[in-house]
Amino acid sequence: MHPAPSIIMFSTLSGLGFGLLTMLGLGFPEVSGWVAFIFFAIGFALAGGGLISATFHLGHPERALKSFTQWRSSWLSREAWAAAAAMAVMGLYAALIIFTDTRIAILGWIGAALSLLTVFTTSMIYTQLKTVPRWNHWSPPVLFMAYAIVGGLLMAGQVTVAVPLLVALGVLQVVAWVDQDRKENASDTTLATATGLGTIGTVKAFESPHTGGNYLTHEMAFRVARKHAQTLKIISVILAVVVPVILLLLPFHHLLALLAVVSHFAGVAAQRWLFFAEAKHVVSLYYGR
Amino acid sequence: MTSLPTHTEKSLGLVIDLDTCVGCHACVTACKGWNTENYGAPLADVDAYGAEPVGSFLNRIHSYEVQPDTGGPAQLFHFPKSCLHCADAPCVTVCPTGASYKRVEDGIVLVNESDCIGCGLCAWACPYGAREMDPSEKVMKKCTLCVDRIYNENLPEEDRQPACVRTCPAGARHFGDLSDPESDVSKLVAERGGFDLMPEQGTAPVNKYLPPRPKDEVPEFDVLAPYLEPVAEEPQGFLGWLDKTLERIG
Repeated sequence: MHPAPSIIMFSTLSGLGFGLLTMLGLGFPEVSGWVAFIFFAIGFALAGGGLISATFHLGHPERALKSFTQWRSSWLSREAWAAAAAMAVMGLYAALIIFTDTRIAILGWIGAALSLLTVFTTSMIYTQLKTVPRWNHWSPPVLFMAYAIVGGLLMAGQVTVAVPLLVALGVLQVVAWVDQDRKENASDTTLATATGLGTIGTVKAFESPHTGGNYLTHEMAFRVARKHAQTLKIISVILAVVVPVILLLLPFHHLLALLAVVSHFAGVAAQRWLFFAEAKHVVSLYYGR
Repeated sequence: MTSLPTHTEKSLGLVIDLDTCVGCHACVTACKGWNTENYGAPLADVDAYGAEPVGSFLNRIHSYEVQPDTGGPAQLFHFPKSCLHCADAPCVTVCPTGASYKRVEDGIVLVNESDCIGCGLCAWACPYGAREMDPSEKVMKKCTLCVDRIYNENLPEEDRQPACVRTCPAGARHFGDLSDPESDVSKLVAERGGFDLMPEQGTAPVNKYLPPRPKDEVPEFDVLAPYLEPVAEEPQGFLGWLDKTLERIG
């Protein structure tokens, strides 16, 4: 799948943003006044910035409000609802804390649940697609939520919990990669079933419909980076897990904590890039790719 | 609503004969022509005469080479591919705006272009590559089964079928109601063993493909052979002299 920068930015930024909002909603840490303002501002900037970035991917962003209509059947529509609800509830919760110094705990819990639900709905947009075996797997919902929770703890300064969970996240990610490879290799959709000509013999793509590319080959038969996948996986784990853990284990300093967050962010972005670049859509079979 | 109908009154679709298709791309041209000049956003071409031309098409012809398991030379098949108007169309349910829908009256899967936000998720959900985002209009384009031809009473009756079917010079494309077992297309599918593409994807496509007929078996020998004079094994005349001479030298 083509790794569109707008979608990668969206899933990275909003994942971390909603993760931070989740922690703030649960009261980790319990903040007030200016400190609360800054924490919430970062959370909303990341989550909202991600959502705005996602609209750059649309052909007709001016019609984006129509995407609230099909929540009964569409995960993308559910994501729109969950994101709007999470922002609204967390906005109210944050405003009460910042301006009136009143913490309504239950409002925070609801906001935290909606924030995590938003990340879950994002992941389901990918997981529901049978056409991409690597996504049609248990790992996107589990990993998207795990990255949000761990990234949220990291940004909320919950160092003692964040360190062991970062390590667990690294292990979970490696297990997911291995199992995704297995799932993709075991896919029962092949050029033989795609053309139905497998009953005669071995099918090979002889000629494409045209000499140039098209929307399908640009969007779904992306294959530039697969050869660098292994290197990128290692870089992604080092940046997202190893570097932050080392920095957090050193004597605490705000600059080190900031570096840990930046490194984690870069690692997650690399992971999301791979999430798209490695995913193979079954339509690429028709094009002999 | 982008929920799929539980039942459609008809299942209009195409039957494509892989035995007959000659790969001329006439259906591609007819489709692009009709659907550019009529219903919906035109099918754009960008950089048509430049280095990287790209455009939207609703129908494309691939070619596949098959090496038979039983031995013998490889066979070549031309393979037209367009929307299969699936009964369980995954492109419909993923749509966040309701722009993508399947009609109850005839089972045609359509896009309401004024509701399409151009997110591209329906194209991701389709295993067949039947949907393409128009590079100029930025809305999703797909085969409409020429919905503006098949019911069009301003056209002569023989033209009330999809442009690709009407134009095919080889008779490789057939149009009809596949939910009616008595229709010509259903009979054709039953007789020739029509099959689904990617049945394991669970999309229940309406369009069917007819498999290539088995190749004729040419007998190894001629039935008249025993009555013919045996062919001289040894070269005669000048060639015979040359053969002997060369053998002596060699």
